[in-house]
Amino acid sequence: MIELNHISKTFRIAKRNAGMKEAVKALFRKEYTEIHALQDISFSIGKGEMVGYIGPNGAGKSSTIKVMSGILTPDSGECRIDGLVPWKNRKEHVRRIGVVFGQRSQLWWDVPVIDSMELLRDIYEVEPARYCRNLDMLAQMLELGEILRTPARQLSLGQRMRCEIAASLIHSPKILFLDEPTIGLDAVSKIAVRDFIRQLNAEQKTTVILTTHDMQDIEALTQRILLIGKGRILLDGSLEQLKARNSAVRTLTVEFSGGDFVPVEGEGIHTVQLRSGHGVFAVDTRILSVSKAIEQLSAHAEITDLSVAGISAEELVVSLYEEFQI
Amino acid sequence: MRLYFRYFAIYLRGLMEYRASFVMTLLSQFVSSFTGVLAVYFMMERFHTVEGFTFPQVLLCFATVLMAFSLAECFFRGFDTFSSMLGNGQFDRMLVRPRGIVFQVVASRVDLSRLGRLLQAVVIFCYALPASGVSWTPDKVLTLVLMVVCGMLVFSGLFIIYASICFFTIQGLEFINIFTDGGREFGQYPFVIYGKEVLRFFTYIVPLALFQYYPFLYLIGRSRWRGYMLFPLLSLLFLIPCAVLWRVGLRHYRSTGS
Repeated sequence: MIELNHISKTFRIAKRNAGMKEAVKALFRKEYTEIHALQDISFSIGKGEMVGYIGPNGAGKSSTIKVMSGILTPDSGECRIDGLVPWKNRKEHVRRIGVVFGQRSQLWWDVPVIDSMELLRDIYEVEPARYCRNLDMLAQMLELGEILRTPARQLSLGQRMRCEIAASLIHSPKILFLDEPTIGLDAVSKIAVRDFIRQLNAEQKTTVILTTHDMQDIEALTQRILLIGKGRILLDGSLEQLKARNSAVRTLTVEFSGGDFVPVEGEGIHTVQLRSGHGVFAVDTRILSVSKAIEQLSAHAEITDLSVAGISAEELVVSLYEEFQI
Repeated sequence: MRLYFRYFAIYLRGLMEYRASFVMTLLSQFVSSFTGVLAVYFMMERFHTVEGFTFPQVLLCFATVLMAFSLAECFFRGFDTFSSMLGNGQFDRMLVRPRGIVFQVVASRVDLSRLGRLLQAVVIFCYALPASGVSWTPDKVLTLVLMVVCGMLVFSGLFIIYASICFFTIQGLEFINIFTDGGREFGQYPFVIYGKEVLRFFTYIVPLALFQYYPFLYLIGRSRWRGYMLFPLLSLLFLIPCAVLWRVGLRHYRSTGS
């Protein structure tokens, strides 16, 4: 379905130091820094897959999405999506995809959402019967109801995001790109959005690619994770595989009383979080067994409660970022 | 074209949300261009003729340029406000929709409040058309229509140049306003009054004179050469470099994404 081979993209950014003198100098001669936004990116995604695309800010996530949605032309490399090269067959290509930019609206601001939907129907030339079917389905699944008759500017963020998602699916695309779809949403809206995406993927077999910083999104949605850092794909695998890589790490959550806890740093143990009466520690069981760790901890204070858990997705990502130094 | 009207309908519905603001803008546009008329009036009161043009004739010229400009501003406003479209990501959104880019830019931003100026132009025409002493035969009417339509397109071309530069700078460069707003202000009088060099510039470089001065000569009967009638069409050649620049800009944008 999606095939990227050795995609590279370099930007030239004018660099300028602070100060008036430098500003004047920049008028005459500009110095450029080359930024390798994407370096030799290759991956393929099959039909109906749901892939989480993660990485720190500025790692190249958005650039990749832009290449795949046909906005950006890469310097080199091949990209075929459903048989088409996005930047060469722009119009045909974009008919088959839906794109949600979490931070940017695609709805017409001053008119009821339903008007935007109707305009989109005409832009994408969706047949009336299919439009009605899609709209009914989306309205029901995303619980839009009355929201559709409200002007977009009066919607809450959660309501708006549900409408954005509906708007990008009105032409029944085969592929859906979601760029940070849950950013800024409250817990209830997040869950609603996640449930919907999962249902869409299961029922319509829509291929979903989602970028996010929210690890709960990843945990709830994706079977597969692509980790990108400094423009390179660093890891490609399932969440379980990634967790297995770090299976030796256990998280110890401790409640204690009496005495001030000093942060423990030692062979195989380090402090993740420490408040009065509460501490979280990561223990690498290859170096230090859990019982030894507890022994060490109880030397410092009176432990009243204790739990041991495997690594969470959040911690996994932090440890991956550390591992790859991105 | 049907889709254009759909966009237009959305625009109208949005407009209804801000009726008061719309009316105020309309009024202020209408009133503010009156100062231009007054300036011409006081000038002509003192000198009676400028380079042999009478007051109603100058007004005719004035109204033609004003109408062409306000039509361009009304329907090609998208290019004029292009930097904001780039800045807020609206343009990226257009790239992921299966329609022509130029079409989307044009259709997505109609600005009817600019009709204030158009109204002004209509009022002036009402006075100048009979007063200018032109006998309105069909070919003269055609000339006037060509002047307005081609004028609108040339001004749009200038907006397109402005927008194309935005691809490189993101922010708009105000200097192009010398030709758009400046052209409108200068265009109040036939370009010949500013001297040979200015006339030459507005003939060969930015061809405002091709739809204003030359056909105007034919219109008021200063020249009998019918060829002047078609000069506005010549000015459309200007759209070729505009289109080229637009394409260059678009390619640049899609390869830098910034």
